[in-house]
This record gives sequence, C-alpha cells and structure tokens, in this order.
Amino acid sequence: MYTQGLDAKPADNTIPFNRTDPELERRFQERVDAEEKIEPRDWMPDGYRRTLVRQISQHAHSEIVGMLPEGNWITRAPTLRRKIALLAKVQDEGGHGLYLYSAAETLGVSRDELVEQLLSGKAKYSSIFNYPTLTWADIGTIGWLVDGAAIMNQVPLCRCSYGPYARAMIRICREESFHQRQGYEIVMTLAQGTPEQKRMAQDSLDRWWWPALMMFGPSDDASAHSAQNMRWKIKRFSNDELRQKFVDATVPQAEYLGLTIPDPDLRFNAETGHYEFGTIDWSEFERVLKGDGPCNRERLEARNKAWDDGAWVREAALAHARKRESRAAAQNQAGARGRA
Amino acid sequence: MARNEWPLYEVFIRPKNGLSHKHVGSLHAADARMAVENARDVYTRRGEGVSLWVVPSAAITASEPGEKESFFDPADDKIYRHPTFYTIPEDVKNI
Ligand SMILES: [Fe+2]
Ligand SMILES: [Fe+2]
Repeated sequence: MYTQGLDAKPADNTIPFNRTDPELERRFQERVDAEEKIEPRDWMPDGYRRTLVRQISQHAHSEIVGMLPEGNWITRAPTLRRKIALLAKVQDEGGHGLYLYSAAETLGVSRDELVEQLLSGKAKYSSIFNYPTLTWADIGTIGWLVDGAAIMNQVPLCRCSYGPYARAMIRICREESFHQRQGYEIVMTLAQGTPEQKRMAQDSLDRWWWPALMMFGPSDDASAHSAQNMRWKIKRFSNDELRQKFVDATVPQAEYLGLTIPDPDLRFNAETGHYEFGTIDWSEFERVLKGDGPCNRERLEARNKAWDDGAWVREAALAHARKRESRAAAQNQAGARGRA
Repeated sequence: MARNEWPLYEVFIRPKNGLSHKHVGSLHAADARMAVENARDVYTRRGEGVSLWVVPSAAITASEPGEKESFFDPADDKIYRHPTFYTIPEDVKNI
C-alpha cells in the first residue's frame, strides 16, 4: 500500500538497537497476542521497531508526496465548490503526513532524518503518486480509487499493535471518507455529463485502475515480510486479501456510473461471491517503485525544492524564537534585580 | 543535514467545556505560539476542540515502563480501597 517498499528494502541502521532477549521477546509476543497495545517506551524487538519506522515513515512520505499530483489542479478546479473541497483534501493529506511522522518519531528517529531519507531518494513512498494527473477527471478518480484503496488498507491499521500508529490511523480514517466521496462525486458528474465529459472519466479510469490495484503491493507469495508482520499484528490482512476487497467494493461503483473497468478478464464468480480479475503487470510496479515511473524524478525535485526554498523560513523562525527567549530571560533578570 | 530541528511539542485538546484536555499527538514548532497555531491547523480542522495546550516534549517526566509492575502493583492488593470490600445488609438503603 503506502508502504509497498517494505517488501523490498533491506534493514537500515538509523534506528536504535536493542539487544535481543528471548525472555523479553516471549513476553512481548504474549502481550501482542492478547491484543495489548505496545507504547513507545515499552520494550520491543529490534525488528518490530525497524519495521514500524519503515512502514510509518513510508506511509508519511506517501501522504506528503501525494499532495503533489492533486495540488497540480487546485488553481484549475472547474468551480469554487470543487476548489475548496480539493484544498481541504490536500490540506488533510499534509496533516496525515504530520500525524504519521510524529508516530514514527516516538520510535527514536528524528524528523530531519526521515525528511532526509525522502529527499535523498533513499526512502520509498507509494508507487501511485508517480503517475501524472493529466485531466480534471484524474482528481475525481484519485479520490475515488486511490483514497478508496487507502481506506481499505488503513481501516485494519487502526487496530495495529503499536499504539501511536493505531491512534494516528484512527484520526486519518475519520478524515478519509470525505476524500473518497468528493472524488466519486466528481467522476459521477463527468460520467453523467456530455459525451466528451464521460469519455474523460473513462479515460481517467483506464489509466488509474491498474496502478490503483498495485497500491496493495506484491501478491502474497512474492511478499517477504507478511507472516512476521501478521504475527506482530502490524498487519491484519494480506496484500491479496485487501486487493480483493477493494475490487469487490469498486466494481459495482463503476457499474453505477456506466464506466467500464479496463480488464477483459474481470468477471463475477457467483460461487465465491468475489470478482475475479486479470493479472497485474508486476514489471511496471517494480519499475515505478525503483524510481522509473512517469513522475518519480519530478516528485523528488518538487519536494527538494520545497525543502530548500523553505530553509530560510525555518532558520529565521528559530532565530526569532531564540532571540525572544533570551530577551525574556534578560528582562526577568532585570526585574529580579529591581525588586532586590 | 544541519541538526537544527524545531523543538517537539505535545498537543492536548479539550473537546468541549466540562471535559479534561486529552493528548492528541505532537508537532514541531519554533516556539510555543507557533505550536499553538500549528496545532489548531492540524488537530482541530473539524471542530475537535474548544481549548488547546502545547507542552515542550522535553518538559515531560514519565514513569518508567520497565518498572510498571513494582511501581503500580502496590495498589493491586488494596481491595479495601473499593466499596465492594464492605458488607452492608440488604435492608440498609441508600448506601
Ligand atoms: Fe491521507
Ligand atoms: Fe486522503
């Protein structure tokens, strides 16, 4: 999902190291099995901490980079109603990034380290945000499919064993449903509009459908860390299970709009009650994840530019705060002398 | 990268008058005033509160999770601190 890179990336060593201890590890697993939450200062296995830092920070990076494709259309939204909704959504995504960075920081990494990992290209973020938003319809499709897929993934994360992550996800999920609904409304307006508008909606669905399915990450037999993450209750459902839920929920929504899912193999299996769908092009997924998608370079450039251009603001604000602090201290001292 | 990070603040919100402030998360800010403004922007976009506190994270002293048992256990066997410890005949009302 927002953390597809997990299934590929080797451990990094920026995270504090705990000695392994079989007894502590046993007690830890007991607590997790009993659905007890793990809190920041509790003992936890190294691997658990590392996995969480990677997962939560990749998730945070995805929220932040995810603002770029949508930000692209804010000034060109067709009406004021659409514009304020899109602004509010993009602002929410920035907030999601912040909640998640904060949750990651409780595990002993600094914000600057996390930002640096994103800017240098060392950290991953969701492959979906490396696709371009070519038409207004893409804003609708992103809300409908991308936020829809995110909700599918994030609802079970509200029960994640790590307290701060679970709490962040609860806040995020509360905000996401507006995102999906505003997106669907945009697509619906186009689908029920002129033939040209309907074509625009269909074209957008054609381009986003498969990348949206890839958001759930590699299929279960290719995913390296699934079993351990399930045992640690970081993950509750496998990638394929979530993808199936998403397809089952979304196909009828497309039918309602009179739009066609671009998959000739898609059919409903009355026996299982699920939709069967075609094979995902995993080579495209790998390519985009490794940095060769249509917009990878542009996205990283935009984030680096924003960071560099904002440097003077961060420095000035800090200098100003320190100056006021020392001025207040000097005044206090003078006041103390005056009273003496 | 220059290690010149803005300090971390913990954010507490009172959802409505009559309720206590509750911890909701944290954020970085150059000073306390900026922390309050940023907290409003990220943590109260949908009427989540009527009052906000921010506290420098470094100012918080916490109990040790490793000592949880010895620290909190002394309360566990003091059942006489609970009303059910005392037997009162059924006939006695309003107690
Ligand atoms: Fe989000
Ligand atoms: Fe969203």
